[in-house]
Amino acid sequence: MKKNKIIKLLATILIATFFCEKAYTASKDLLKIDWSFAGITGKFERDSLQRGYQVYKEVCASCHSMQYLSYRNLGQKGGPEFTLEEVKAIAASFEVEDGPNSDGDMFTRPARPSDHFVNPYPNVNASIASNGGAYPPDMSVLVKARPGGANYIYSVLMGYEEKPAEFDLDAGVYYNKYMDGNKIKMPSPLSDELIEYTDGTSATQAQMAKDVTAFLTWAAEPHLEARHRTGTKVIIYLILLATLVYFSMKRIWSRVDAEK
Amino acid sequence: MSEQEYVPKSKAGKWFNDRLPLLSLGAHLADYPTPKNLNYWWTFGGILTFCLITQIVTGIVLAMHYVAHADLAFESVEKIMRDVNYGWLIRYIHSNGASMFFLAVYIHIFRSLFFGSFKSPRELIWIIGMLIYILMMAAAFMGYVLPWGQMSFWGATVITNLFSAIPLVGESVVTWLWGGYSVDNPTLTRFFSLHYLIPFLILGLVVLHIWALHIPGNNNPVGIDIKKPSKDTVPFHPYITIKDIFALLMFMIVFAGFVFFSPNVLGHADNYIPANPLVTPAHIVPEWYLLPFYAILRSVPDKLGGVILMFGALFVLVILPWLDTNKVRSAVFRPMYRQFFWIFVVDVLALGYLGAMPADGIYLFLARVATIYYFLHFIVVLPALGFFEKTDPLPASISEPVLTGGFSTVPARSDKIINEKK
Repeated sequence: MKKNKIIKLLATILIATFFCEKAYTASKDLLKIDWSFAGITGKFERDSLQRGYQVYKEVCASCHSMQYLSYRNLGQKGGPEFTLEEVKAIAASFEVEDGPNSDGDMFTRPARPSDHFVNPYPNVNASIASNGGAYPPDMSVLVKARPGGANYIYSVLMGYEEKPAEFDLDAGVYYNKYMDGNKIKMPSPLSDELIEYTDGTSATQAQMAKDVTAFLTWAAEPHLEARHRTGTKVIIYLILLATLVYFSMKRIWSRVDAEK
Repeated sequence: MSEQEYVPKSKAGKWFNDRLPLLSLGAHLADYPTPKNLNYWWTFGGILTFCLITQIVTGIVLAMHYVAHADLAFESVEKIMRDVNYGWLIRYIHSNGASMFFLAVYIHIFRSLFFGSFKSPRELIWIIGMLIYILMMAAAFMGYVLPWGQMSFWGATVITNLFSAIPLVGESVVTWLWGGYSVDNPTLTRFFSLHYLIPFLILGLVVLHIWALHIPGNNNPVGIDIKKPSKDTVPFHPYITIKDIFALLMFMIVFAGFVFFSPNVLGHADNYIPANPLVTPAHIVPEWYLLPFYAILRSVPDKLGGVILMFGALFVLVILPWLDTNKVRSAVFRPMYRQFFWIFVVDVLALGYLGAMPADGIYLFLARVATIYYFLHFIVVLPALGFFEKTDPLPASISEPVLTGGFSTVPARSDKIINEKK
């Protein structure tokens, strides 16, 4: 009887969790991808992350900053895992301002792996001014900052359509199926063969959207793989320990139960 | 308490215990006679202690890395998530820990409501518990402000603005709370300071809560007074400790599920957007555990009225021991209260749901109905039941639950609760 109750209780909690999760993710009818990083054993695909970085660098980075990431992150475990040489080369392709030097002057130098991603604009106001009054949001935690997460980002990237005839759009505003109010100030950033992938993968719009979304998910949650791994171990450990404790409890309480 | 005086066996132990009777206290805690029929709803006290300790330990570590400054807070949290060793784990335990803490405290409170644990002679345990609950809400609210995301900022703005409803001095009070003319850096730093302080106040109250509990001893599912120690009791250790540990492990599995596999599902996506005083989020929603009160607040068209009703919702809880006048504690023997109890549970869940919905149309109407029922339950239903309800016969003791065959009148479901230890 006791066991039944525990099972019922756990079932209730699981069902409740499931519905919370559902309510959370099904807020809009988003495009859904079978992401490799979803689920309790989810992991990123290195190739996809590396391609995703290329999309970010060659397309998104012209307007969107990623200020909480450093070039060294590109080489860390659980991420795109570029080699140290590659990371150094990537960093060196950017110029950062440093200083003051011993003469008191600021100077520019090639970036090092320890430097943060270089911002495309000197400040937020400059980014707004250059983008028709819309702030291109920082992409470091963008995936976590939108209900729907990765599916949402992917959907917006794929959601550009001809506007319906009766829909009013100002100049510099575009129609997107998945944006709030269907209006977005960013023109469709991706199109087939926009870039040439270094690994030879065919750069379709869907492929680029998928890769860059995976990359942004990693950027928002760089320890996702470690989290999933540790979590699995922790829960297995807790279940084993609980089993032992359960039988100890039975044993101890049998003294009381025997009294009757 | 009718326990024998504890005498340490070793000389050193005796020397120490004569000067500071900590060993006696330990012996008291281990031998503490506990009703042997406690079910799993009684394990949440231990679980809550675990939650408090977890929040304090993870919180102390987070405070080593967190920077309480409006320009740096968001970034410092991201640093914790990215660069601090296991920072992501510590933060996710802390943020989900708050939700788990409230989950456990709500179960603990509803257990008390069902089994009448708040009734004489345990009124003070209940009142101290309510103070803990109120402090928990304050701590959780201030903690949610610290990452300085959009929901932090606007949640703080909405909640602090409530005080402007106070007649005459309202505006001045709000300025005083903010430390300026809007929610800004001074607000953040004082919230951080208080967020660090409150858990230790809670810890102190927990000690009082347990102390007050150890005077009359635990209530139990049958709700009758029992002799202590007797055939109806078991020593706290090892019987209750092992059971508490088992229940805690079950709880930790759920906890770990959230922390490792959906750490952000209980939070709001907007809080990963840095605070921006110039952009108001579409919906400002508090964390799930505050939603019932938020629904009550919004169901009143007048600001002051809403605030009064919201605090009133807490006040009726505090004075509950004098509203529920029925001497029989356990709902197992109260056929009518049992129905009203579940209606009340549904009412509170409904308030929670409505608090998350926009405050207009059908939602607002339902929230008003649910709010009115919330107060009716305390002010009308409970006192009335004290007069009208015909309770079932009580057993003489836990070991002999059958008194004059009275048990046959108890429905099968509640029978299970009583007999589950057999």
